[in-house]
Amino acid sequence: MTEKPTMIAFQDVHKYYSDYHALRGITATIKAGEFFSLLGPSGCGKTTLLRTIAGFEGISAGAVMIDGKNMAGVPANQRPTNMVFQSYAIFPHLTVGENVGFGLRRAGLAKAELAAKVDEALAMVGLKGYGARAAHALSGGQRQRVALARALILKPKVLLLDEPLSALDKKMREQMQVELIRLQRQVGITFILVTHDQEEALVMSDRIAVMFEGEIAQLADPETLYRRPNSRRVAEFIGTMNFLPAQVISEAGGKIEVEAKGFGRATLDAEQAPGASSGEGPAVGFRPETLTILFEGQTATDRETTATIEEVVYFGDMTYYDVRLEGTDKAVRISMRNVFGRPVLDIGARTRVAWSPGALVLFR
Amino acid sequence: MKGGWFKVYAIGYLLFLYAPIILLPMFAFNDATIIAFPLQGFSTRWFSAMLEEPALRIALKNSLFIAVTTSVLATALGVFAARASTRYRFPMKAGLMGLIMLPLVLPEIIVAVSLLVVLLGLGVNLSLWTVILGHVLICTPFTIAILSSAFQALDQSLEEAAYDLGETAASTFRLIILPLVMPGIISSLLISFTISLDEFIIAFFLAGTEPTLPVYIFSQFRFPLAVPVIMALGTVLVCLSIVLLAIAEYFRRRGIAKSGGKDTGGFL
Repeated sequence: MTEKPTMIAFQDVHKYYSDYHALRGITATIKAGEFFSLLGPSGCGKTTLLRTIAGFEGISAGAVMIDGKNMAGVPANQRPTNMVFQSYAIFPHLTVGENVGFGLRRAGLAKAELAAKVDEALAMVGLKGYGARAAHALSGGQRQRVALARALILKPKVLLLDEPLSALDKKMREQMQVELIRLQRQVGITFILVTHDQEEALVMSDRIAVMFEGEIAQLADPETLYRRPNSRRVAEFIGTMNFLPAQVISEAGGKIEVEAKGFGRATLDAEQAPGASSGEGPAVGFRPETLTILFEGQTATDRETTATIEEVVYFGDMTYYDVRLEGTDKAVRISMRNVFGRPVLDIGARTRVAWSPGALVLFR
Repeated sequence: MKGGWFKVYAIGYLLFLYAPIILLPMFAFNDATIIAFPLQGFSTRWFSAMLEEPALRIALKNSLFIAVTTSVLATALGVFAARASTRYRFPMKAGLMGLIMLPLVLPEIIVAVSLLVVLLGLGVNLSLWTVILGHVLICTPFTIAILSSAFQALDQSLEEAAYDLGETAASTFRLIILPLVMPGIISSLLISFTISLDEFIIAFFLAGTEPTLPVYIFSQFRFPLAVPVIMALGTVLVCLSIVLLAIAEYFRRRGIAKSGGKDTGGFL
């Protein structure tokens, strides 16, 4: 993959609301053509950061650059960005076509040309022939599409999406996720999505910035974020992670020797300890699916230990087992894909568990 | 019978409310000078007498001028105040809004007398404009109340969206905000127009030598011969009010339908 040019650069961006420090030194770059997500709990500053790109929020210090140009003093209506609002902000007194063509009003196009562009934009979002409908009669998913068409018709350099799927029901949301990805590939515009839904961010993004309290905690692609979170907080925000206390025995030549409760001695690569010290005491973390319960006749490919099953949660395609590994006093969660013909284990059963040092993450 | 007493109450209430108003047209079309039963036969002579009365015409003209000017000014002030109170945060906002709404509950006669004292103290000559000043003062709380709900219902991201799509603050106001709050503006105009048109106390104190319609009507009750004419005038005013209210309600409903909102019962 060739390196894409930078589209957006945040340079030590700060934002204060009187006493409240909403953005605390954001420095990051977003590449052209990237599907980038700002992920975090509510109040972490992700929407504020998005609005500094659009120009709806000024910044207290630092710089926001779009395509190499400093946006200081450039008002929202002159920035090469368009936004899809959380409420969609469809103009209720206009038709669908008038909504979509709204941004071209100032372009001074001939009527036929405008109509052609509106039709093209509507076709792109799957609303062909909806132009004459009243905007207020649309369903939530349709409003969402109109908002997309209205923003994309101007061919912005950056499309900003402020929690665009949060108002939709689960099924519609999943469908729109796929459509947004398809649309982004088709138009090639940089998409920046704000979301509090980690699953949505993982599914859709090329890269994700996880934000807590006005700071970026980690910026990485979804796989790195999931496999190598750099703090316990990021690990717990994205999916589920188990933690067991551990101690670093020695560290040399890019290898770290640890002694972890329940696992014993293990040798980790330096990249398995991506985070700085957090002060919570050293621990190893691992995802529920990286441990495997061994059934009759199965053998571990790497390492093996024993455990007692304390809780069983059956999910149809999956079963979650809360198990206590030999020598530990806290249950950890293991998720197992259910296989036809294989029994679901009972509470209290003793079992063997396979694990691999490569799946561990060390938090110091 | 379930709800029987409620029916009696409802009918009694409506009678009390509307019987006096029904009497108006009855006596306006009655062919007699004295307001008493039995009715003496049908006549439209009180209406023609009304049209020929020059003092009444002047009073009507004064009242219309005051009412139109008042409704425009009060609505304009209401737009500014409603916009400020729903969009911006500023120190002492609640207190200031409370002060603006105060004339709603102040005894009108107090407002009228204090205005008179201040105006005379400043050496201002009483005229139609002093009445307008007083009427704007008492109408503005109503227009703010109506317009605040219109502006409140407006999603702020609509404005941001228009701005984001390249419009200026001014064109956003014209293209998005104004059409969406227009029903509110029309009801505000109509309400302040009706309030001003039948307002008596302030007009009585501040009108100087030019009477408004209510002041004229009040002055005419001293002359028994003029009473049937007043009945005719009252009939016309009642009809006018009903028409205005119907128009206001029509615009309110159309506004709701247009913006796809739910009808939660109007001010009218």
